[in-house]
Amino acid sequence: MRHRLLAGLPSPHPIGLATHLELHGPSPLLGRGGGDALIAELEAAGLRGCGGAGFPAAAKWRAVAGRRRPVIVVNAAEGEPMSAKDRVLMTQVPHLVLDGALLAAQALGARDCVIAAPAGVHAPIRSALRERRAAARPAVRIKVEASPHGYVGGEESALLSHLEGRAPLPRLKPPFPAERGLNGRPTLVQNAETLAHVALIARHGAAWFRDGGSGGIPGTALVSISGAVRAPGVYEIPAGTPLPDVLDIAGGRLQQVRALLVGGYFGGWVGGAGEGLSFDDASLQSAGVSAGAGVLVALGAADCPVAETAALTAWLADESAGQCGPCVYGLGALADLLGRIAGGRTERGDGARLTRWTEMVRGRGACRHPDGVARMISTAGRVFATELSEHARRGPCAACGRARLLLTPRAREAATA
Amino acid sequence: MRPERLVVDPTACTAHGMCAELFPEWIQLDDWGYPMIDSGDVPPDLRDHAERAVKMCPALALKLRRGS
Ligand SMILES: Cc1cc2nc3c(=O)[nH]c(=O)nc-3n(C[C@H](O)[C@H](O)[C@H](O)COP(=O)(O)O)c2cc1C
Ligand code: SF4
Ligand code: SF4
Repeated sequence: MRHRLLAGLPSPHPIGLATHLELHGPSPLLGRGGGDALIAELEAAGLRGCGGAGFPAAAKWRAVAGRRRPVIVVNAAEGEPMSAKDRVLMTQVPHLVLDGALLAAQALGARDCVIAAPAGVHAPIRSALRERRAAARPAVRIKVEASPHGYVGGEESALLSHLEGRAPLPRLKPPFPAERGLNGRPTLVQNAETLAHVALIARHGAAWFRDGGSGGIPGTALVSISGAVRAPGVYEIPAGTPLPDVLDIAGGRLQQVRALLVGGYFGGWVGGAGEGLSFDDASLQSAGVSAGAGVLVALGAADCPVAETAALTAWLADESAGQCGPCVYGLGALADLLGRIAGGRTERGDGARLTRWTEMVRGRGACRHPDGVARMISTAGRVFATELSEHARRGPCAACGRARLLLTPRAREAATA
Repeated sequence: MRPERLVVDPTACTAHGMCAELFPEWIQLDDWGYPMIDSGDVPPDLRDHAERAVKMCPALALKLRRGS
């Protein structure tokens, strides 16, 4: 299938405005009623947020539509260490994301837009903005701001706090950003990839978008593939691709694959190479996981799943924003417990404790960080049941001493054709 | 009167545990001393218990919130 978002790549330079227009044609101007029509098109396309939560984009736009002085915030923070898709978009096809942001601004009547991205990707964004200013007088004020560091910093309310000059700490919702967001103004926070899809749906329509996708996740999706594959990187795949085939797209397996981490660190484990599952909502949900931020990490048979799960939990506990007791103490307790299991230093009742605490932290924070960790641990409990009980009884295995697969630098950044 | 739910702001709660003592029908403490609250609408006959818990929370972390 032909690339859509990544059309024109690989390329030695970011895709400039002229090439962008050659590849995709001009972005439509929304006339009277055009905003509502675009929202209806996003709904017909079934576009869901690509930042992790998978919330329907049309519903989010409707929640902002009609409110006074709205703001568009492009979330390119990409706090997920195994994800590199937003970086690829911002550095290689920035005009696609800008089109999406400007369409959102037109549709919702916004005059202000903030792009929140790591400082390292500001240069290509700014040069894309300069190209546009040279071509036409901008109708929207676009600011480029540095996104906060840390895993939780990309959560929408933490991001907004940071943009307001305060610590990047999540806030309790409601109020949602659509009601009271940046500096109290109604705010659409949308992931960079979601907006890139908007740019293409506005041009080609919902039917075109759905073509090549599955009912659950229509269209194509960007996936960051890493771990035991020959060519880790960011790829554009048709939604609905069987998971084992996704590994082939990344050059194939380097060794037998024990499990896949799907979605991101907050995602979930599925056994083997995901045989019988495909990259669409319904299929992934049947395995207790979701597409999340489009991350796939292949854990090789030579890696220890227990050591990986314990290390990942410890890292995630450490990334807690430290505001909510159940997150601070609950994730801390889970990390200690998994560390004891991995080391074979268990106490009576630890198995039951693992289940109890995993359930206990769900839904208990101001943001969904504890829920993500709980999902990762509960899927690990299912997929790695044998290894977990073996470690609990016998202590570390031969593979425990290997370098950790997770918690190593992000998937290679090159977009691959 | 419209139904209301009892919610806690976990960023404000300091685990005093007062609420669970005042309103045990609706609030239990987790293994770390933080309140786990029934997510349903507070029934009318328990309404004053809920209000008392809200008023007595030293961290002003409890709220009655309309709608589900
Ligand atoms: C702990 C945590 C971290 C998150 N990090 C990011 C992130 O780095 N980038 C992102 O786009 N969304 C992130 N999100 C999701 C955002 O809160 C929000 O849902 C998203 O930006 C909305 O855009 P979308 O609907 O287009 O996905 C995170 C959520 C949580 C709970
Ligand atoms: S749930 Fe955890 S990460 Fe989220 S705001 Fe509370 S302490 Fe911070
Ligand atoms: S009384 Fe207030 S501070 Fe104490 S546990 Fe209950 S909600 Fe938290």
